[in-house]
Amino acid sequence: MTRAMEKYLRPGVKGTPFCPGCGHGILMGLILRAIDDLKMDMKKMVFVSGIGCAAWIPSPHFDGDTLHTLHGRALAFATGVKLFNPDLCVMVVSGDGDLSSIGGNHLIHAARRNIDLKVICANNMIYGMTGGQVASTTPKGARTATTGEGNPHRPFNLSRLVEAAGASYVARYSVTQPVALINAIKKAIRHQGFSFIEALSPCPTQYGRRNRLDRADEMIRDLMGRCILEEEAEGLSEAELAEKIITGELHPCRT
Amino acid sequence: MVLKKPARSASKNRHYLSGNEAAAEGAIAAGCRFYAGYPITPSSEIMERMAVRLAETGGVFIQMEDELASICSVLGASWAGAKAMTATSGPGFSLMQEAIGYAAFTETPCVIIDVQRAGPCTGQATRVGSGDIMQAKWGSHGDYQVIALSPWSCQEMFGLTVRAFNLSERYRVPVMVMADEAVGHLRETVVLPSKVEVWNRKKQKGGAPFGTEEEDGVPPMPAFGEGERLSVTGSTHDAYGYRKTDDPEAHARLVQRINRKILRNTNAIAETEDYFLEDSEVVVIAYGFTARSGLYTVKTLRKDRMKVGLLRLKTLWPFPEDAVRNLGETVKRVVIPEMNLGQVAGEVRKYCRCDVIPIGQVNGEIIPPERIEETLRRVRS
Repeated sequence: MTRAMEKYLRPGVKGTPFCPGCGHGILMGLILRAIDDLKMDMKKMVFVSGIGCAAWIPSPHFDGDTLHTLHGRALAFATGVKLFNPDLCVMVVSGDGDLSSIGGNHLIHAARRNIDLKVICANNMIYGMTGGQVASTTPKGARTATTGEGNPHRPFNLSRLVEAAGASYVARYSVTQPVALINAIKKAIRHQGFSFIEALSPCPTQYGRRNRLDRADEMIRDLMGRCILEEEAEGLSEAELAEKIITGELHPCRT
Repeated sequence: MVLKKPARSASKNRHYLSGNEAAAEGAIAAGCRFYAGYPITPSSEIMERMAVRLAETGGVFIQMEDELASICSVLGASWAGAKAMTATSGPGFSLMQEAIGYAAFTETPCVIIDVQRAGPCTGQATRVGSGDIMQAKWGSHGDYQVIALSPWSCQEMFGLTVRAFNLSERYRVPVMVMADEAVGHLRETVVLPSKVEVWNRKKQKGGAPFGTEEEDGVPPMPAFGEGERLSVTGSTHDAYGYRKTDDPEAHARLVQRINRKILRNTNAIAETEDYFLEDSEVVVIAYGFTARSGLYTVKTLRKDRMKVGLLRLKTLWPFPEDAVRNLGETVKRVVIPEMNLGQVAGEVRKYCRCDVIPIGQVNGEIIPPERIEETLRRVRS
């Protein structure tokens, strides 16, 4: 994160809590750049998060109102904030496990209601804070602390799930696609409705080291190689697609 | 919703309401402008009336996907500046416990009405019980305090719901109205005063929202969007909300304060009512709907010149220990009828040196006066 963004950090907060090579620090900077580009008033922004590494992206770092809640419940808290005071810009920043596993029911219902919440889901495909257990987003076959022989189950396609539930803006990008990700966050902030940004973020500490991607740069390179745009996916065989992650504005909005 | 026309024109404020409807009116009178809930018998009439009344008063109503979401959106709305409430029954109350701990630890005002039914588990959804008394106090993990009130009439469903909001705003604590199916579905004439006494949370610009100089103080509470740049977290935090997850002093100070701010004010919070206690030898201690059977019994036996009385607990938590302790000094025996297997009787034993005789009934029905009368006659002889 560049020093120019430090004006958005809460006084007295030193450094970030993230491991070396974690993508969440990059994502933190990208969110602030989007806020900076749009000249948002931080006094009117509320950042709601659940529990897990990603929940610490806004709390307590962002110098607006931050609400660090219970595991899985960020969207329910955010719904109460937004409904009672619609003048506030309410952004939810949390992880894949928090939003889609323990909080999965709230995710589909918040999307269905299409309430104006800006949801940024930092998806590292694993439970990082608790030591690298399998998540609802872990790819099939991936090794984790609880799937030593490889994950036997399919992962959620989070963006498609939320789109099907009724979200009116859905985009998926990796932190290795920073410009596209900033633009998507800006669109989400401007969009009046439920927006969902799936931000893929590498976790070398818990995911990489169990899956032959020990070093941070290896994980970044792997993500860069696997993330393709929708148009690039056309014509690829099923076997080729299995290794890829399709990124882009999966459900564009009109604004 | 058009309220039913009063029976007599001379008393405009009199309405024939169920306990659940009266509780909703109490919430509106106290200034509640946010309600989130999930359908559950026997509390649903509260939600149905709040849907109509909040539309009339410019408040926000939302039916959420479950009770977890209901209580959590209530807490979110509270930080956005709302007086907020939910209502539920046993199974939903169980689901809400983690968030109740969050509310206690982050000092978020909220009101929860638990219209108790016969538990455990799904139990008998349409039948009465009062088995959630200990859960109200101990349901979430860790050491914290709540306030729990116990209404015995439709009028009190109104009045104690008003009081629940006032206490919640004053002490920044979750307050529970521990109703039961019988009082929730009872219909009585209720006087709805044109004005009630209302307490609003204190604000102070730049003040520390999570700490005070006093070890039992209640800090000021600003709302989101007021420029205070609040940091609210359910992790251990300092006076300004910064996470302190490995500081033993910060943890001890916070946990002690959220307990002391309630326990040291027990005498200001806890309310009881006395009936014939001056010369009583045997006293019934009762709460909620069961206290009606208790009073009926005591009045019946007084006609036989028996020296019996009633102590009614209007507040269950913090426990009115002084009233119970004083009673234990002067009477020979106390009899405690309750629609559970002795939850409050066990608490009374902590403070009473006299004989404590529980009447526990868990058949999904109210305790009839005859059952209390039989016990009183037996223990007296």
